[in-house]
Amino acid sequence: MSKATLDRGVQILKEHIDAPTAAYFSSCVNCGMCADACLFYTETGDPAYTPINKLEPMRRLWEQEYTLVGRIKKLVGLSKPVTDEELGEWSDLVYHACSMCGRCSMVCPVGNDISYMIRNIREGISAAGYAPEGLVGATTRAVEIGSPMGITMHALNTQARNIKESSGLEIPFDREGVDYLVLLSSMEVINFPEYLEAIARIFKQAGKSWTISSEAFEATNSGIQIGASDIARELVSRVVEAAEKLKVETVVSPECGHAYTAIRWDGPNLMGRRFSFKVKHIIEVLDELREQRLLKVEGIEDSCMTFHDPCQLVRKGGVIEQPRNLLKMVATNFVEMDDSGVMNWCCGAGGGVSAIEEAEEIRLKAFNRKKSQLDKLQVDTLVTACANCRIQLEEGLEVNEMDIPVVGLTEMLADHLVEDK
Amino acid sequence: MNSAEFLLWVRGPGLNIALVIFTIGMLIRLLEIFMLGRKQNLAELRANGVSAGLRTIFTRSTPADKNSMRRSMFTFVAGYGFHIGLFVVIFLLTPHIQLIQSLLGFGWPALPTPVVDLFTVIALISLMALLWRRLTHPVVRYLSTPQDYLVWAATFLPLLTGYMSYHHLWFPYSWLLGVHILSVEFLLILFPFTKLTHAFTLFISRWYTGMMAGEKGVAS
Repeated sequence: MSKATLDRGVQILKEHIDAPTAAYFSSCVNCGMCADACLFYTETGDPAYTPINKLEPMRRLWEQEYTLVGRIKKLVGLSKPVTDEELGEWSDLVYHACSMCGRCSMVCPVGNDISYMIRNIREGISAAGYAPEGLVGATTRAVEIGSPMGITMHALNTQARNIKESSGLEIPFDREGVDYLVLLSSMEVINFPEYLEAIARIFKQAGKSWTISSEAFEATNSGIQIGASDIARELVSRVVEAAEKLKVETVVSPECGHAYTAIRWDGPNLMGRRFSFKVKHIIEVLDELREQRLLKVEGIEDSCMTFHDPCQLVRKGGVIEQPRNLLKMVATNFVEMDDSGVMNWCCGAGGGVSAIEEAEEIRLKAFNRKKSQLDKLQVDTLVTACANCRIQLEEGLEVNEMDIPVVGLTEMLADHLVEDK
Repeated sequence: MNSAEFLLWVRGPGLNIALVIFTIGMLIRLLEIFMLGRKQNLAELRANGVSAGLRTIFTRSTPADKNSMRRSMFTFVAGYGFHIGLFVVIFLLTPHIQLIQSLLGFGWPALPTPVVDLFTVIALISLMALLWRRLTHPVVRYLSTPQDYLVWAATFLPLLTGYMSYHHLWFPYSWLLGVHILSVEFLLILFPFTKLTHAFTLFISRWYTGMMAGEKGVAS
């Protein structure tokens, strides 16, 4: 990143005002319905957290730069310029109190995609130097070490060795011409090592070849969360180069929401070119294996289960039915939350919120929305497909003294695999 | 200026000025939007997004789901009441259709005037309810700017003066009619330079949002 200044922030913001943004700002009538869709508003009651309000500096800049009346008002000194202090103040609103979950974008009656604009205003605020410290740290580690949590290849090698010792399963590194290049999130490597073993078992049973690249195993992309396209591009390019070097057919995003968005949807646009390989979320891959009858499971969970839809999968990724198809293979007592699928409520920690220390209080308040969803259901197990959601869910449940185990869908399926004879 | 001269002016030069400003202003606004352009999406798409975009243009007129409707019930009821009432009054009242016919050369059947009158009352009550909400609801009050109140008044006045003219309330009819037409001209002149533009641009917004979501396989 070049030196952060107000001028640069404003310049970057201007570059991110496109035709959809102009249409959105032209259409908003301040009806306030987006507030009713936002868990940061509903759980705090603070009107400043109304989604469209989080874009106010960008809206004024649009008016002043790209509308006739705004330009005239600016010329005669009637408009309020965007200031350094203001961007600093708005940093809290767009980073702490927004997970870019996109629920507001689903309800806006004039059809504004508000979270699309939040993604863009973050670019300007980070260029002006007001990105939260926690995210800056994660981003720096991602660029320098290769992982936002500072995980190195050593840690991953150790894990691979442990898996080999305990289960005899080989974790393949840097193999060319395989079916899948598997990416991981640091969160999984640290907190949920079961994931890697689960993948190894499932692909072995399905007879699929796969590999991990020692040059690019990290799927998460802090550049996307902080709003720094140059960094996001650098992080994506590592994966793209590895995938092309190893000539893989498909790159598999792990159980992580934004990592999927980063490589699947933003990736080609950041790189400025189409990919020669496919990008799929692990849940999509597993559902394909199910369809091809390559996923053989046995045993049924009879405990009552529900599925927490990661926002980036449903609202931003179109992966909606796949986890349900998979769950129903092994669970008889599956129930839906009150708002499920594309209207599911965020866990409260997505979009980088979990990396911001100062956001802890609001993040746990936001969890109350999930709590009330769960209170209505009284399930025994909560299943999800995003490591970041999972950490937040576990913490929220713990804080609220709710005794519900949280399980990753991939591991749950691996637990039910028919053992090879 | 007597009432006849006033009426003559608002029906002639006044209306022409307002229509010219409205038309040119809206063209500028639409150009300002489209000229900003949009980057091509290079990701492999699940669908081309066109049908999803067209679909969202219509579906956003209805609530996203039952729970969202329940949470925003007031805005939905008052919003529908106002917009439907306004639509009926503008496009289905006999004298309005006659005016449109004289301007464009074609018209359509009108609703019986007492029915339109009922819709006018619905629109007026809904608008007052929305103003009350703007003044009292913490979120809407927080978001509201002077412009929100200005466009509220600019929308309320033509409805009120139209209603008063039809019922010959309190003032001489010819003055009321003149003021009614003048208030519409005021609305037309404000239109391109305020958020009244949403009446046109919301279709663009819905299109972009629906299309971008559709490309990812999401029905937005």
